[in-house]
Amino acid sequence: MDVVAAKQIGAGLATIAFVGSGIGIGVVFGNYISGALRNPGAASSQFTNLYIGYALCELQGLFGLLIALILLFT
Amino acid sequence: MALNPMEQFEVKPVSWAPHPLFHIGHSPIYFTNQAFWMLIVVASLSLFLTLSVKKGRVVPTRTQSLAELSYDFVAGMIDMTSGPEGFRFFPLIFTIFMFILFCNGFGLLPIAFTVTSQIVITFLLTAVVILTAIITGFVRHGLGFLKLFVIKAPVIIMVPMVLLEFISFCARPLSLSMRLFANMLAGHTMLKVMAGFVISLGAAGGIYTALAAAPEALIVALTALEFLVAFLQAYVFAILSCIYLSEALHLHDNH
Repeated sequence: MDVVAAKQIGAGLATIAFVGSGIGIGVVFGNYISGALRNPGAASSQFTNLYIGYALCELQGLFGLLIALILLFT
Repeated sequence: MALNPMEQFEVKPVSWAPHPLFHIGHSPIYFTNQAFWMLIVVASLSLFLTLSVKKGRVVPTRTQSLAELSYDFVAGMIDMTSGPEGFRFFPLIFTIFMFILFCNGFGLLPIAFTVTSQIVITFLLTAVVILTAIITGFVRHGLGFLKLFVIKAPVIIMVPMVLLEFISFCARPLSLSMRLFANMLAGHTMLKVMAGFVISLGAAGGIYTALAAAPEALIVALTALEFLVAFLQAYVFAILSCIYLSEALHLHDNH
């Protein structure tokens, strides 16, 4: 297998990182909604924490994207 | 494929000024599309924020209430994360938030260049935030700022935790700049890939031309999603900057 083909396959494999990111974001928002339904009064106070959690989960997937880009364009 | 979805991120001289403006040493300095769009963003942002509150009315007009809303939004964000002391960073956070918001927003115009899709821009913004946090921390606490890495725990847990905290601190500039850059890059690439589907299907003829409506509808939905992402990333960048600066101010004891 030549290097270009291996790089392309590796870039494809790197996008698997988004599986974890997707699961993480699902857990964050799912738990937020279930918590918000139990105690709607406290929901708005946790809005910041919700988006911090979302951002941290999303980042793990984006590192996979970064690796894919490095493989494709270097 | 003839249409490269990455082509939109190419930094090149604007078509009406193809010659270098001046030279630094032997490197030519061009007026690029990135500089052009950044100027547009800064100009429109300054015009919006000055003209809207020029005649400060008690009952605000639409533009004035929009400006007041963004001010209140950032003020609430700082108050929540770092308390009244954090307000000395209000100008920094407000500037960063509005700049990123306008860059992301302007980037969604079909002809526009997305300034925040260049890692050099996002990393520069991050460097400003992180350096401000570090300098504030050392000025305020002296060497006590290093207590940021120490967690009250038995020594056997503390030593690896200090290492982990240190690595996490060092990863902050990378993560903060990567998040904005990669979100913008991924979103805009996705839109262009979908646009490529429409063109390929439309050119195929027959039944396929009718099928081109499906990716077309998807583009509309994705554009709406991109507007959400544009706001959300500006918000996330600002709130994380607030948290980092708040940590430098208060170390671990919560305000």
